[in-house]
Parts: sequence; structure tokens; C-alpha cells
Amino acid sequence: MQHILEAKGISKKYGDFQALHNIDLKIPKQSIFGIMGPNGAGKTTFIRIINQITMPDQGEVLFDGNPIQPDDIQQIGYLPEERGLYKSMKVGEQVLYLAQLKGLTKKEAKDRLYYWFEQLEIDDWFDKKVNELSKGMAQKIQFIVTVIHQPKLLILDEPFSGFDPVNANLIRKQIIKLKNEGATILLSTHRMENIEEMCDYIALLNKSEKLLDGKIDDVKQDFRTQVFQLSLKTDQKEELESHLKSKFELLPADFKTIAGNWKANVKLPESIAPNQFLKELMPLGTITHFNEVMPSVNEIFIKSVAEHA
Amino acid sequence: MRNLKLIILREYLARVRHKTFVIMTFVSPIVIVAMIALVAYLASLNEEEENKIAVKDEIGVFQEYLGTEGNTSFLNYNRFSVDAALDSVKAQDLDGLLFIPDKNLAELNDKVQFYANNSPSKSLISKIENRLSNRITERRLTNANVNLETIKANKTEVNIITENLSGEKTSSLAKYVKMFFGGAAGYLIMMFIIIYGNMIMRSVIEEKTNRIVEIIISSVKPIHLMLGKITGNTLAGITQFLIWAILGGILLIATSFIFDISLGSPAATGSAEIKTSEIQAILADILRLPLGELVFAFVVYFIGGYLLYSGIYAAIGGAVDSEADTQQFIFPVIIPLMLGIYVGFFSVIENPHGTIAVLFSHIPLTSPVVMLMRIPFGVPWWEVVISISILIATMFCTIWLGAKIYRVGILMHGNKPSYKELYRWMKRGN
Repeated sequence: MQHILEAKGISKKYGDFQALHNIDLKIPKQSIFGIMGPNGAGKTTFIRIINQITMPDQGEVLFDGNPIQPDDIQQIGYLPEERGLYKSMKVGEQVLYLAQLKGLTKKEAKDRLYYWFEQLEIDDWFDKKVNELSKGMAQKIQFIVTVIHQPKLLILDEPFSGFDPVNANLIRKQIIKLKNEGATILLSTHRMENIEEMCDYIALLNKSEKLLDGKIDDVKQDFRTQVFQLSLKTDQKEELESHLKSKFELLPADFKTIAGNWKANVKLPESIAPNQFLKELMPLGTITHFNEVMPSVNEIFIKSVAEHA
Repeated sequence: MRNLKLIILREYLARVRHKTFVIMTFVSPIVIVAMIALVAYLASLNEEEENKIAVKDEIGVFQEYLGTEGNTSFLNYNRFSVDAALDSVKAQDLDGLLFIPDKNLAELNDKVQFYANNSPSKSLISKIENRLSNRITERRLTNANVNLETIKANKTEVNIITENLSGEKTSSLAKYVKMFFGGAAGYLIMMFIIIYGNMIMRSVIEEKTNRIVEIIISSVKPIHLMLGKITGNTLAGITQFLIWAILGGILLIATSFIFDISLGSPAATGSAEIKTSEIQAILADILRLPLGELVFAFVVYFIGGYLLYSGIYAAIGGAVDSEADTQQFIFPVIIPLMLGIYVGFFSVIENPHGTIAVLFSHIPLTSPVVMLMRIPFGVPWWEVVISISILIATMFCTIWLGAKIYRVGILMHGNKPSYKELYRWMKRGN
């Protein structure tokens, strides 16, 4: 089975409010899957359904190929966006308690606790009370609680919020390490840079519907705009510019190039392939820069949501 | 099941290790003992107060009859006029002037007057009234040539000994013992339900505002979390009971030890003998109570009533965001408990087997309090069985409905829900 999780036609209503409508999603094994969407799009409801906190009105969820069972939660690690800890409990006791709720024995829980305390550089925290911890420190504990039972699927809702850049980087490395060791990560975040640099797959929800999903590269392919960064060395810049303007749409250049060269963003019509365009350019000067502009996840997000507003 | 055990253990330890638990367990018995001692001390102060009353008796036959009684002494003021007597009473700061005008004995019933700055105690006035009316009656009987000795010799006092059909005898003293035991048991149950119900509610709110609840219910079902919480808190309550029972036992042994020593001292012998016989009578009455039934019923009604209300308390905790929002929901919960106490004190004691007492000892929201108050007076076993059955059935209902509200509520943040919304939550599927 190549998908750790498969959602088929998931719908959920709260009273008159449609939280999710007919959502299909497939999350491939050993990938980082980014789930995005404006506030209120239904991300949290979807995540809660996977965690079996709420049940869908329609549709089904397959976990590792089979309809999801209550016992499967031991294979899932969930870091909610709104997360907390028992304030008056000691850090160590708390982690052991939550790990045991996930099915570990006390001994297993203890061994792994020490491993993770070491990994996150908090070896001497066992006897600290939670109300002595700063927000970032508490976040580390919550992360450990999420991963300590070695889940096959990790669901992380805004995992980096509250971390300083050093600790955010520490957590990011751990997430990638977990993926390389075989875990699948479902990452829900509004931080597009994290999606861009970490995710293999993405899905975008908006107003209870799925707008798009797929491999991040494929999605980007779909959103190509045929805009190319172009720079030429030539003595006749005015002639060049008016010549190109008459045939193509020119956009302001927002990239750096060799000083003194003519530059522009050129939008090619569907009918003209890049090579054909280059052929046309060759007599006009020395091409120093030719690069297709790929849409950022951020642009894809904004564009798709605006289209369905 | 394993998770339920883990939750119960955590809840239990969290509760028992908490400062308020330790304080409540060890300090509140001391506070209660101190309060009882204080009340006893104040009452004894009241008894020690001396009353001096001036008497102007124009007929002249009551003075010696009034005599001196306990802390009240009657002073002869016959030589003064009424006005002079009043001045003297004021000057000497006496407690009042009793004026008996020179009238025909038959007309005297509403002519006697008592002048006082501070209104006298009810018991003092009725004491004086009794003496005067006895004396007047005697005088009038003598005047009518009736032999007082004959009347005295033939006077018969009736003390009805009630005996129930199974042959248990009760005296009037026993009635007070029963009232005390039943009342105390019912009151304790009410206090425990409120105190421990609040603890559950607070602990639910804590988890919710902490936002740890979502982490936990991604591992366990909400109903398990709720049941674990309720069970853990119940066990903590039972622990507290046990500690109190042990402390009470030690205290009892200690006091009886001290009491023994005071019996040994010769000066106290006389009064101690009287006290001992009184104590023995009370002890006998206590032993005659259906103690086994009472203890058994206390445990069953405590657990049943507590679980019934804890379902409601947990639901309230789940529905709100902060303790400040709980007031409007708490009030309707406390009303039936208060009602139980009032019905108990006013109706059960008057007539333990009357319609109202029987009715309220079967309504599950009040039965733990009311039935416990009735049991010392003897309740047929089948009535107890019916009442407990209704209680347990309702308990499952409130926990089930409570869990439905709880399950939805713990994931809701923001505005305080209305009753209408709570009703919708109850109907909602998963």
C-alpha cells in the first residue's frame, strides 16, 4: 500500500454549517504533505476526523489501506494548533502519562523520553514543573509527546509557532529526520516558506472544498504562467524593446542581472514554445539570462482562493 | 480499559497531592471541632448569665412561691410603689419588674405585667407564667374547697412509648437521636456532592482552558476521560472519608480517655453519674438505630448521588470557558439539593412516612438527602430498593447525557452556550 492515509468523500456538517464537503485526499507514505487553506476552510475539522475526535457524516478514511480503527490512533501523533499541558504536573511525569495513553509501557516511554530529551537538548528537565517553562520550552515538550510513540503518521498543526529561529530549525531537522526514518507527516500551516521548503505534496482547502492537491512540482506546473525572465546584451535597447513589445506582453523586471544589460519579464502566449522564442531572440543580441518564472506556493494559494471567492 | 486506569490514577494523584485536598482533609476537622467548642462555650456563657427580677406582689401570695431558680432570683419589692420600684430597678440595673396587681384571682389571667428595658427571654417569661398560673389554679381550687392533696395524688403523666410493628420501641429522646443522625448524614451528602462536583467541574475547565484536552482525546475517547475523571475524584473523596473516619476514631478514643480520668476525680462524681446515665441512654438509642442499614445506605446514596450530579458538573465544566461562566448553570443544580435539605428538615422530621417525605425520597435528585434522613426512622427495605434503583437508572442517564455535552463542549471555545445550544449538543451525533 503506497498511501498511509486515504480520505474518500468526506463530508461534515455542524448544524447548518458545512465544515467539509466531499473531500478526497491521498497521503503517500514517507512524504511531507502540506495542507493549506484560509481560516475556517475546514483544516482542523479534517484533522480531527483523521484523529477520530469527530466522525464524518459521509465518506470514509482508510489508514494504511484499511478503514480506520480506534486502535490506529496509536500509530498517529497529533500536535494540535491550540495545545497545552497540565500546569502543575512535572514535565517527566506528564510525558510518561501521555506516552502511556498512546500505548507505550512505562519502561518504553522512559527510554524514549531520555532519547528525545537529549535530541532536543533538554536533558535536565524531568523534574521541572510546566508552569516554570516558557512557551517555547513547553512547545518542545508537546513535540516530544507527539512523536514519542513512533507514529507512522504525524499530524502537525502550526508546529513552528512560538519557536525562535534556532529552535524552529531544530524541530525542522527532526521532522525531516523522522520522514527519512519512514514516517509520514501531515503539516498544516499558514507559513508558506515552510511548505515551500519542506513539503513533497500539498493540498489546498477553501470553504469546505478541496481546491487542489498533488505533488508540489505538479501543482506548480499547472500554475505556470509562461512568464520568462529575459536579459540581453545589446547596443540597440530601444529597438529591441519596441520590437518585443509589439509581439509579446512585457512585464517589469524584478530580478538582478549583469549591470547595463537590457532586461524584462516576458509573457509568452500558449502557442509559442520557449525554444522558438529563443530562436527569435538570437539575432537580436547576446542572451545572458533566460529563466522560467515558477509560481510560489504563496501565489498559488492567493490566486486559487481569489478565484473561488 | 488500560487508558481508563491511567486516567483514574492521574486524576486521583492530582487531586490527592493538591494543596487544597491536604488542607481540607486535615484542617477542616479541626475547624469543625473548634466551631462546636465555640458554640458550646457561648451557650454556657448564656446559662451563666444571672437574672435579678424585682417583684411587686400586691396580693402577697406569690413571692415565696417564685423563690430562686437557677440563675434567676426574685427580689421582694412590695414595700415600694410601682413608680418607685421602677426607678429602683433602673438605678440598680435589674433585669425587670414583675407587677402583680391586687385583683380577683379569676381576673388575674391578663393583668400581670412585666416591665423591662431589654425584652426578656422567651424561656424566662414562660417560666414565670407557668409558676403564676399553677399558683393561681391552686389558690382557686383551694377556695372552691377542693383538696389539693387528692389532685396531686391522682395526677398521672402519660409518656407514650411508640413501638413499630416489628417490635422496636422508641422514646421521645430517640426521636432526636434519629433526627440528628439522619440530618447529619443527609447534610454531609449534600456538602460532598457540591464540593466534589465543583472539583470535577474545575478540573474539566482546567483541561479545556489549558488546551491539553485535544491532545488527550486524540488518544482516548472523551467518555473515558470523563469517567476517569469522575472515578478518580470519587476515590479521592472516599480517601478523604477514610482519613476522617480514622482521625475521628482517634479523637473518640482520646476524649473517652480524658473523660475516664475526670470520672475518677471525687468532686465531679455526682454530676458525672447523671451525665453517664444520660450518655448511656443516648448510646442505647444510637445502638438501636438501624446502623448497618444507615452506613450501607450512606455509602450507596453517596456514590449514586455523587455520580448522578458529577455527570451534570462535568457537562457544565465542558460547556463553559471559565469558572465565572458557571454560575447560571450551577444554580439549577444546587436547587434540588437545597430542596432535599428543606424537605428533610421540615417534612421528614414532622412525619417521616408522610406523602411528601416518601415522594422526595424517590425523586433521584433529592433522594440521597431525603432518604438518608428517613432511614433512622425505619424505612421498609423494598422502598429503599426502589429508590436506589431509580437513582442508579437516573445516574446512568445523566452521565450519558453529560458525556454528550462534554464531548462537544470541550472542543468549543469562545462564547458561553445557551441552554438551547446544550440541548442541540445532546442530540448531535459524533
